[in-house]
Amino acid sequence: MTAEIEAAVADAFQAEWGRVVATLVRLTGDWDLAEECAQDAFATALERWPRDGIPRRPGAWLTTVARNRAIDRARRARLGASKESEVAVVEPVEADRGEEEEVPDDRLRLMFTCCHPALAFEARVALTLRTLAGMTTSEIARAFLVPEATMAQRLVRAKRKIRHARIPFVVPPAHQLVERTAAVLAVLYLLFNEGYSASSGADLVRRGLTAEAIRLGRVLCTLMPDEPEALGLLALMLFHDARSAARVDGDGDLVILAEQDRTLFDAAAIAEAHDRLDAALRLRRPGPFQVQAAIAACHVEVDGGTDWAEIAALYDRLFDMAPSAVIELNRAVAVSLSEGPEAGLALVERISPGGLPDYHLLPAARADILRRLGRRAEAAEAYREAHDLAGTDAERRYLERRWRELSA
Amino acid sequence: MRYLLLIAGDESQMQRATAEQAEAMTNEYAEFGKAMAERGVLQGGERLRSVSDATTVRVRNGELLATDGPFAETKEQLAGYYVVDCQDLDEAIEVASKIPGALTGSIEVRPIWEL
Repeated sequence: MTAEIEAAVADAFQAEWGRVVATLVRLTGDWDLAEECAQDAFATALERWPRDGIPRRPGAWLTTVARNRAIDRARRARLGASKESEVAVVEPVEADRGEEEEVPDDRLRLMFTCCHPALAFEARVALTLRTLAGMTTSEIARAFLVPEATMAQRLVRAKRKIRHARIPFVVPPAHQLVERTAAVLAVLYLLFNEGYSASSGADLVRRGLTAEAIRLGRVLCTLMPDEPEALGLLALMLFHDARSAARVDGDGDLVILAEQDRTLFDAAAIAEAHDRLDAALRLRRPGPFQVQAAIAACHVEVDGGTDWAEIAALYDRLFDMAPSAVIELNRAVAVSLSEGPEAGLALVERISPGGLPDYHLLPAARADILRRLGRRAEAAEAYREAHDLAGTDAERRYLERRWRELSA
Repeated sequence: MRYLLLIAGDESQMQRATAEQAEAMTNEYAEFGKAMAERGVLQGGERLRSVSDATTVRVRNGELLATDGPFAETKEQLAGYYVVDCQDLDEAIEVASKIPGALTGSIEVRPIWEL
């Protein structure tokens, strides 16, 4: 097989898997069957495309093949079940006919069903990756550091609940849309963060979650073009992702924002992020993701330095929308950089550690401010405290370096 | 599709209710029942006596064991149930949210295993 065909099938998989599964779920109501038929369709493509050429519309071709397979299976199952039963099924459509029919895009329904609040949060995440992104169970298991059998069980249970409790395959009605959209966005944001916080190189599957989250975010924005928070989330993910090459140095060590090499930022991602954020703001319905994207936009500012006063003001707004100790901490850091370390320290000390138990960034922020105030011993102590709580090797190495500098 | 809506709540709270409060609650349930019957989703439902009136029965090695009390000691107790016939889980959740007990206790929505 030529590399060209293989690449075409791989591209089609990335672009069309979710669409094919979504259509099959709508037609059959059977999630396992939908996945199997989608898999069959891609296998058929690998066989047929080298011989017949790449179809003009690969997505429609794949959907037609998958649907024919489902019809075929249903017919055989019915024949097996009862010989006399009337076989009344739709006639299979010839996939190779030039005129593949237009299929409606069912991915939005699929997203809402996968992210239904009646499913456990971890099940929503797993289902989204399996059915929309086409990741295998073993890849998802590796990405979430659980045994494959555990992940398989999680997916089986979720699909069973969808069937037994009859979780509908619909886009929610207007009065529920805001809340249910928030549930979808929460899943995408978790995927992004899981990938983003993974140490680079150490685990490529985990790193790949950021790309999946961005891809699904783009799909969601296409399907819900008037949803400002979807655009806000996509912009936020793109702004963060644009800095990924600058976040770690050649040794895999963490580089803090202030020291990141601006020339390594991904200009195309930043441009898209700005476009998405502008589109969101034009809709004039502000929300937490849009504010966070605006903050992230300040952080990628290349000319004229970072506007910390603006960032502090945005954190104020965010706190009004969704108060949390993490936002308080971030605001304190922004204030320490705009108004000075004393003002920042006063705010950090107002955050009760009880609100952020075991959160390494609280002592880390305090350490940074104390260092800037020249209170070296206290700063070293706080760096050590943060080091003991940090979750990744890269973070621990960074904090240890700081602590040693001050203890020297 | 049929669902059992189990109404769980803190019994002691209900027992502390004044006569007016109890009457108000009874009226709220009557209204809910009427509205859901008119909508065509309600198939049945009952209010239950207190768990202090419950008897739990087990048969072990051919021996009948009847004990005082519910099958599990919990913070919230089963106070009643409805059987509803809904389009899907979203409708069942919406119906459950209108049960007066949802404001103070919890409603467990269980799909009925149709045989």
